[in-house]
Amino acid sequence: MSIDESAIKALPYPVSPADEAELAAFVGESHARATPMCIAGGGTRVQPGSVEAEHMVTTRNMSGIVTYEPGALTLIARAGTSLQEVEDVLAAEGQALAFEPMDHRAILGSKGAPTIGGMVSANVSGPRRIQAGACRDHLLGVRFIDGRGRTIKNGGRVMKNVTGLDLGKLLCGSYGTLGVLTEVALKTLPLAETEKSLGFPGVTPREAVEIFVAALATSFEVSGAAFHAGTAWLRVEGFEAQVDYRVGRLKELFSGREIDVVAHAASRNLWRDLRDVRHFAPSEDAIWRILIKPTDAPDVMAALRQLGGEASLDWGGGLIWFSGPASSAAVRKAVGAGRAMLVRPGSLSAADLFPPENSAVARISAALRKTFDPAGIFNPGLMGN
Amino acid sequence: MPTIAMPEPDLGILARASQIIERLTAVVSAEAVISDPQETRAYECDALAAYRCLPLAVVLPRTTEEVSAAMKVCHEMGVPVIPRGAGTSLAGGALPTADSVVIGIMRMRDILEIDTANRFVRVQTGVTNLSVSAELEASGFFYAPDPSSQLACTIAGNIAMNSGGAHCLKHGVTTNNLMGIRMVMASGEIVDIGGPLLSGSGLDILGLLCGSEGQLAIVTEATLRILPRPEGARPMLIGFDSAETAGECVARIVRSGLLPVAIEYMDDVCLRAVDAFANAGYPKCAAVLIVEVEGSEDEILHQIMRIRQIAAELNPVEFRTSRNADESLKIWKGRKSAFGAMGRLGDYLCLDGTVPVSKLPYMLKRIGELSKDYGLEVANVFHAGDGNMHPLILFNANAPGELERAEAFGADILRLCVDVGGCLTGEHGVGIEKRDLMTKQYSADDLAIQMEIKSVFDPDWLLNSAKVFPLEASKPYRDKAVRG
Repeated sequence: MSIDESAIKALPYPVSPADEAELAAFVGESHARATPMCIAGGGTRVQPGSVEAEHMVTTRNMSGIVTYEPGALTLIARAGTSLQEVEDVLAAEGQALAFEPMDHRAILGSKGAPTIGGMVSANVSGPRRIQAGACRDHLLGVRFIDGRGRTIKNGGRVMKNVTGLDLGKLLCGSYGTLGVLTEVALKTLPLAETEKSLGFPGVTPREAVEIFVAALATSFEVSGAAFHAGTAWLRVEGFEAQVDYRVGRLKELFSGREIDVVAHAASRNLWRDLRDVRHFAPSEDAIWRILIKPTDAPDVMAALRQLGGEASLDWGGGLIWFSGPASSAAVRKAVGAGRAMLVRPGSLSAADLFPPENSAVARISAALRKTFDPAGIFNPGLMGN
Repeated sequence: MPTIAMPEPDLGILARASQIIERLTAVVSAEAVISDPQETRAYECDALAAYRCLPLAVVLPRTTEEVSAAMKVCHEMGVPVIPRGAGTSLAGGALPTADSVVIGIMRMRDILEIDTANRFVRVQTGVTNLSVSAELEASGFFYAPDPSSQLACTIAGNIAMNSGGAHCLKHGVTTNNLMGIRMVMASGEIVDIGGPLLSGSGLDILGLLCGSEGQLAIVTEATLRILPRPEGARPMLIGFDSAETAGECVARIVRSGLLPVAIEYMDDVCLRAVDAFANAGYPKCAAVLIVEVEGSEDEILHQIMRIRQIAAELNPVEFRTSRNADESLKIWKGRKSAFGAMGRLGDYLCLDGTVPVSKLPYMLKRIGELSKDYGLEVANVFHAGDGNMHPLILFNANAPGELERAEAFGADILRLCVDVGGCLTGEHGVGIEKRDLMTKQYSADDLAIQMEIKSVFDPDWLLNSAKVFPLEASKPYRDKAVRG
């Protein structure tokens, strides 16, 4: 499988264990010698300068789908399996990962193939997150190597499981700081038969959020609510008659507004582009991902624009994408109660990609990292100390 | 004699009981502390009523600050704490020990904030599950998780057990609908995690807390995701003359691409009990499925038509669609009252193992065989869409040896669940009930890291500490913890 070699070569001693046992042995040795490592799946999101490490460890050689049972809505794959392979296998059975993981290559300009392990470790989700939940909501179980080299499993492959502490949630979105994932079990869902999107041209961010709030209070299961370049978009999915019905009812709800309807493949392409934030790909500036209370989004967008740059919305206003030249401090100040994560540093320092946590949460997080990784060898410094 | 052991109480703590009660009374209002055995009797067990023990005292705070103050006292004096919601745990999650203080949050029942524009509510966690949706009724929203005990169970308990319910097939369980919490740590420190934002940006501590069975902290406030009510919803009832065929029907519905909000299963033993109890008018057959779909009238009819096609291939003995709200209520009434109805037949153990949906027919067959081997009748009533089984093992608690036999039968079923790729508990939690079976599902290392994490939150192992982890495995942690 392909990997972004340039990212790997930026670090000495790339290591690509053949299997879980080899990885566990390597981690155990690194623990004993306290030698830090940078962890990568396909290397499509690794930011040079974000981690100081002696090794780059990739899961590239630990790939393949272990089990896929469409009737049980369950897929188990080794961490290094490419996301594309998983999506192709699911699509052949009319299923998908409902959380619609974004592809970072457009905005990061990286090559290689995103892996299922990388997706889980960063809790990568897309526009359907507002309706279907995030990656973490579809993660059923994990296997990973902890910082002492122990092989750990948690969760399983069934839809409901409260047997012991849920470590999958902790691993998901831990960006490799707690363990190296070797296998993940995910819930799959049926693909919608069809989809249509309603575009509201010529609206302000405030009007866009008003449209989102109204649409998301309906029972029409709006599965996308995004705003970019003066147009607010709503997506509905389902079987043909259902989608037509819902589009009709939403048009009634917004009868005073101009609405363009985009259907089928055009709608799919639209949401792929919005998902991957392709509209900000060409610029050289930093790109920020900002979590915000939807009704706070218009004011925060205005404050961000004061700093120069462009902003768009996803998740019904709960996610602002911002691209601009402002300093990290200025952006974090402008977002107020929101949480700003630096996804593409541009000319900014990659040393603080994550927003600071409140002191109690920072202390608990540090203690958890120490528990999983006592010698501090996994992506040290990436998410704080 | 029941077979699940609890550690011996700490005699040093018992000797200091009056001092402990005095200190607790000094930091929370006097009426919030109960120590008279006449009154603490109400807290001696939860819904796993075969196991009982009077606690040293019970504290019923009204604020997070009072919870914190009580926790600080217990922490300083080295007293074990048993967090308690409404006490509806079927796994012994709220069972006290004689040397413990129960901290119950059922008096903390305020709805703090309703924000329909941003689609969340913030509540004190002593509110009942059902009352959250009731509060939202006028606004057109609801809170999705709906455990069978929703009339009584609290949000705190739902978070502790990551509760599901009949409708979680579509809307997910508690962890999928929880956005933030305020919690009181074992030290008494108050910590906020998450909030009205859609995701966190650091470690998912919220996800760790949900389902942690009172091992890590006491959750006093919660921010919950709310959903708009569907336009309509309608259940249908499908009867089959064999359990395996019903199981096959579930698998085919799931596979078809339809996503009903609920697929529930009841077998003949359960049907008989329910019919006598709730007069639900269920057909007399080997197994019944209740499938609920939602949407507009046309959407509902379309989905019913497709499910009818799927079912027809399997020759159901009955396919009944609700025609009005009364009929819908009646179809659900039997299912929702199933546990109560079974109680009238005698004592029962309710299991909660979850298996891959494709393994349901096999599991039903094996449970039937084991039932004959053990000479104990089993009723099966469960959330079939997600493979969450609830075999109810019937026994007579007054007959010597029957409880032990029922427990051994239950353990066999749970081992079988793990063997076919499932887990010990889908939504009831481990508690004391499945504590000693954890080694079946997890290796020593798998359990060690979980216990190390508990130590991060609760270094002295004061919170609910003889639960979830096998006593033998947790002994070094409990022994190491400094007490008193």
